[in-house]
Order: sequence, then structure tokens, then C-alpha cells
Amino acid sequence: MAKTIIEKVWDQHIVYEEQGKPDLLYIDLHLLHEVTSPQAFEGLRLAGRKVRRPDLCFATMDHNVPTRNLPFITDPIAKKQIVTLETNCQEFGIPLADMDHPDQGIVHIIGPELGLTQPGKTIVCGDSHTSTHGAFGAIAFGIGTSEVEHVLSTQTLWQSKPKTMEIRINGKLGFGVTAKDVILAIIAKFGIDVGTGHIAEFTGEAIRDLTMEERMTICNMSIEAGAKAGLISPDETTVEYLRGRRYVPQGDAFEEAAEKWLALASDEGATYDTVLEIDAESIEPFVTWGTNPSMGAGISSLVPSAQDFEDESDKEALEKALAYMGLEEGTPLSSIPIQHVFIGSCTNARLSDLREAAGVIAGQKVHPDVTAIVVPGSRTVKKQAEEEGLDKVFLEAGFEWRESGCSMCLAMNDDVVPAGERCASTSNRNFEGRQGAGSRTHLMSPAMAAAAAIKGRFTDVREMRLAHA
Amino acid sequence: MKPINEVRSVMTPLNRKNVDTDQIISKEFLKRIERTGFGKYLFYHWRFNADGTENKAFVLNDERFAGSTILVAHDNFGCGSSREHAPWAILDYGFQVVIAPSFADIFHNNCFKNGILPIRLSVSEIEELLSKGLQHPYSLEVDLEKQTVTGEDGKAYAFEIDQYYKQMLLNGWDEISLTFQYEEQITNYEKMHA
Ligand code: SF4
Repeated sequence: MAKTIIEKVWDQHIVYEEQGKPDLLYIDLHLLHEVTSPQAFEGLRLAGRKVRRPDLCFATMDHNVPTRNLPFITDPIAKKQIVTLETNCQEFGIPLADMDHPDQGIVHIIGPELGLTQPGKTIVCGDSHTSTHGAFGAIAFGIGTSEVEHVLSTQTLWQSKPKTMEIRINGKLGFGVTAKDVILAIIAKFGIDVGTGHIAEFTGEAIRDLTMEERMTICNMSIEAGAKAGLISPDETTVEYLRGRRYVPQGDAFEEAAEKWLALASDEGATYDTVLEIDAESIEPFVTWGTNPSMGAGISSLVPSAQDFEDESDKEALEKALAYMGLEEGTPLSSIPIQHVFIGSCTNARLSDLREAAGVIAGQKVHPDVTAIVVPGSRTVKKQAEEEGLDKVFLEAGFEWRESGCSMCLAMNDDVVPAGERCASTSNRNFEGRQGAGSRTHLMSPAMAAAAAIKGRFTDVREMRLAHA
Repeated sequence: MKPINEVRSVMTPLNRKNVDTDQIISKEFLKRIERTGFGKYLFYHWRFNADGTENKAFVLNDERFAGSTILVAHDNFGCGSSREHAPWAILDYGFQVVIAPSFADIFHNNCFKNGILPIRLSVSEIEELLSKGLQHPYSLEVDLEKQTVTGEDGKAYAFEIDQYYKQMLLNGWDEISLTFQYEEQITNYEKMHA
């Protein structure tokens, strides 16, 4: 029978199954960071348990780390979390890319970069954006700290088999439209809980045309549509990205592995529990205006009005969101001024994202009312960008060029947007207070954020590029 | 983990959709390395004004619901970040049961690992409960064994729950100890896939 990749990978990992119970699933790769792991290690210690497979774990520090003045952490509690991770990794023998390590970076950026992320693996991390790794055809999902502890001690998890979903993007993307616009458009169209209980596979011509970096951006935000995980069937693009990376098999073993990976792709005629479709041509550069990722629209749109919604609770949600965001109904999105730009996060801080943003700003200056920062997703990204001279492009335009980490994506370190101020951000969540108490976050692509930095308001990057050309 | 079966309490009506875990526990409180002590930060930015005073308009500050152990909310509760600090805060604050039409997957899982009972009722049932609970303090009796929620006026609602998680909650089992019973299967799997 024709099977989806979701079913194939799932079935290959069942250690034990029994009617009326979730499946006991084997986990191939467990990524760890400082915020969601300390209580799990403490649990192990209290129960006198060990880590079953430290060789299948990999840890880094990203959420709390400062992005300037390294290596000095002034926040004593953050420092304690970082030291705790060091001690835990040492005690339990887990490989760690710590703050001084050349491989350090946001956990979802370094997994693929090092080749730890591979097709057909089950991958977990105490972090909801673990879905990023699905871009390679892995089943990758976020877990809570109790589950982190469970995986550490048993290398398995009890998981009820999720339903399958296909999200098909038909046709080709238009000029200036990026992966970030695609995923924001999908979430705006179908809602932030459409994927609940499902693993979603992204398919269609537009997906096949994307690079691995772009596919990661899409899968990264599948959690924002409520999906347990999002993935993409592996193809030659996947194989070529992985070739030669540090943790993949080398030589003939690589060709063998690649053959197995390609065979995981969903079979022709495989069926899904739910199918959603969207036309690539209908998507334009996107900006969010509200307080969850579904509250967004194409840049040529207006901030919605109550009359655009039928449901009473949607009208109420709109009112609450606009009050928080300090926006009026019917305002053209392209007229909204901003004070901050953040280019970073596990969604959009890979080398290709920095290139995209640099391409828009080259030779121009950041608007005088705007503070703009670039936070590369990893040390490696930072180094590569510097080798290409991207740092100079940003610095000359008036951006700050920082060290890698999560930074202003969740503002756990000192990179914070002040209350009432507006930030054009390439991250993934525009929840109330996400970038600091009272901060107002607008999600968009690196190109759109870069354009906003220059203009001091949201602007259609396609016009800027045309003017440039 | 403490076993849970019957819970009786006035319900706290939180009439919001898409309550995300950033709201349940804001990131500035995630730096602790313990599992306890998060209750005082639950819904912090809704409970307190910017100057640190109580926001009287927020339902958790309404004295009529003081000591409540049952939280009733709208669709898609617990969406967003996987932080287990969210259920820890809910539990530490004193809630044992959360009732909503739907929950985000990770949050739903996290509840079971901490002895919190997440109950799904239909949207119309939740709206009925919320409207009663918002009008005047309304008490509920939750019976996990029987899988029912009963209001003080006798109105009863049945709910579905995965039997595996039901047993875990009723017995207060530690899931890791349960899994160790399958160690042989895990070892075999590892041998076959080495
Ligand atoms: S960059 Fe943001 S979303 Fe990604 S792991 Fe860090 S905090 Fe989470």
C-alpha cells in the first residue's frame, strides 16, 4: 500500500505497540539547551538514573546567551542555568557546544549545519521549533521537560500516532516572495490550530523548488499552525545539502544512506487524513499585524476591521490584538512606522537569510528612527557571513552585528524591545510581550525586515528591488 | 506525581482563545532550575499592571474564585512554546484541572506528566460553562474515574480520555518506571538498528 513518509518513519521507530496504548517510539537524536533541561537532569539524579545513550544527545546554549560583551553574563540566574548545563553534560557525558565553542548556535540551526539532522530520524528537543528539522524528512517535534527526562533515561517516548496532513503549495512563487511569506500565508489562511493532532507534510512544486534553508523556515513554523511536526520528503536537494557534513556517513556509506533517504519520500498515491491547498501565485510578501502568527496579511492590505469577521469571538480577538498593538482598523500596513528591526532566530538567521537581507540594504542607510540588529543563527553562520563581507554591508548601513543566539526572538537575554515600541522581526512568534513586556512584534521575511529598516515603516520589498534594478 | 480522581471546586472562567504558554508563564521566569515556585508568576502580565499592582479586571484577581482548582478556558489552550514551566505554574498556583474545547499537543502531553487533568468538552459546552461561571461563582465536580464533569445545578458533561493517561493520573504513576518494564524491547530495537 502507498505510504506517506510520516507513516514510514513512524513505523520504523516503534519499539513496542499495544492496543489502547500510545506507541513506544525510539528517538534517534536528542538536542538539548539550557532552559528546558535542568529539571530533567535533576530528576535523573534524584532517581539515581543514568543517560541511556549520551552518544545520541547533543547540547548547546542559545536562549540565554548574551550577543555582545561575550563571555560576560551579567544576569546571575542566566549564568546559573548555563553553568548547570555545563555540569550536567560533563557528569552524563553529553557532547556540548558551549559558549566558547566554534559550533555554538541556536539548536535548530546547528543540528542541520553539523549534519546531525538526517532524513528518517526521529528528533526531539525541549523546544517547540524542533519541527525545523522536519525539512530533511525527519519526524522532529518539541517535548516538555518531563519528556526530556524520559528520553534521557530510556531513549524512547510514548506517543499516540498523530493524524497525517498534506499542505500542498501549488504553482510557483512570484518575484520577491520567500519561504517566510509562504508559511505566514498558510497560517493566516488556515489558522493557528489547524494542525493540532497532525504531522504535516509540505508538498507541491513550490516546495520542491526551495533550498534546504527555505524548507527549514517553512517547517520551523509548522508548530505555529498547531502541527505536532512538519516535514518535507527528501530529494536531491536534501542529499546535496548533507553531503560532506561532519556527522553524516562519508564516501560510499554516504551514497548508501542517500539511497535509503530518498526511498522514504511519500509514495505516489499515498493518502492523508487532511489535505490543505494554497496557490503559490496568490502569496505576496507578508506582515503580521496582531498578537498571534495567523494575524497577518499581504503588504498591500489594510489592518482588518471588525466587519471582516463574522464570529463574535474573532471580533473580540481583533479588538484585543489591535489595542495591544496600538493599531487602528483599516490602516494600510505599508504606512505603519517602526522603531526596531531584528534579523535573527531559528526561523531566519541562516546564511541565506543574511544574504537576502544584505541584498536589500546594500549601499543604503538604516532610517534614523530605527535601531536594527542582526544576530546570526550560529558561530558558523557568523563566520561564513564575515568571510563574504556581509557584516560590512550591515555595519555600513547602520545595523549592529552581534554574536549568535536566540536573542530578541524571546528576549531572555538583554536584547529587549521597549514597551510600546514596534519591531519588524524575522522570528516566529508575535505573542504579547514576546520581545519584552509591552513590545509590539511584526513577523516578516529577512528581505521585508531589511526594507523596513531602510524606510522606517513596512514597505513592499518588491518595489525597492525594482527601484534598485 | 500525586494521583488525581475527584476534584470539586468553583471554576475559574478564563474566556480567551489561544492562550499561549508565553502568557501562562513569561520568559523572564524561565531561568529557575527547579520545578517548583512558578505559581506566583502564572499569567503574570495579565495579573499585574506594569507598576506591579494587581490588575483587578483579571479573573485570577477576582476574590470570588479564590482557591479554585479548576480552570475553564476557550479553544487551543497552551499553544506556542513547549515550556513545561507552564503546567508547573498552573499546578503550583493550585489548579488541578483545565477544561477547554481544545489544547495544543505539547501542553496537553505536559499536563499528564505533572498530574494535571486536561479535559476536552465541545465548544458549545464550554461556552455554556463560561457563561454560567462568569455570571456568578459556579461549582463543578470532576470525576476522572467516571469521566464526568457535573455542575452545581446537576448539569453533567461526559468527556473522553486516553485510557493509558487516565490510569497514569488515577494511580499517580511515574512514566519512566513504567517504561523500564520494556527495557528488553528497547535493547532489542537497538541491536536490530545498530
Ligand atoms: S530562536 Fe526563538 S524560537 Fe528559535 S529556539 Fe530560540 S527562542 Fe526558540
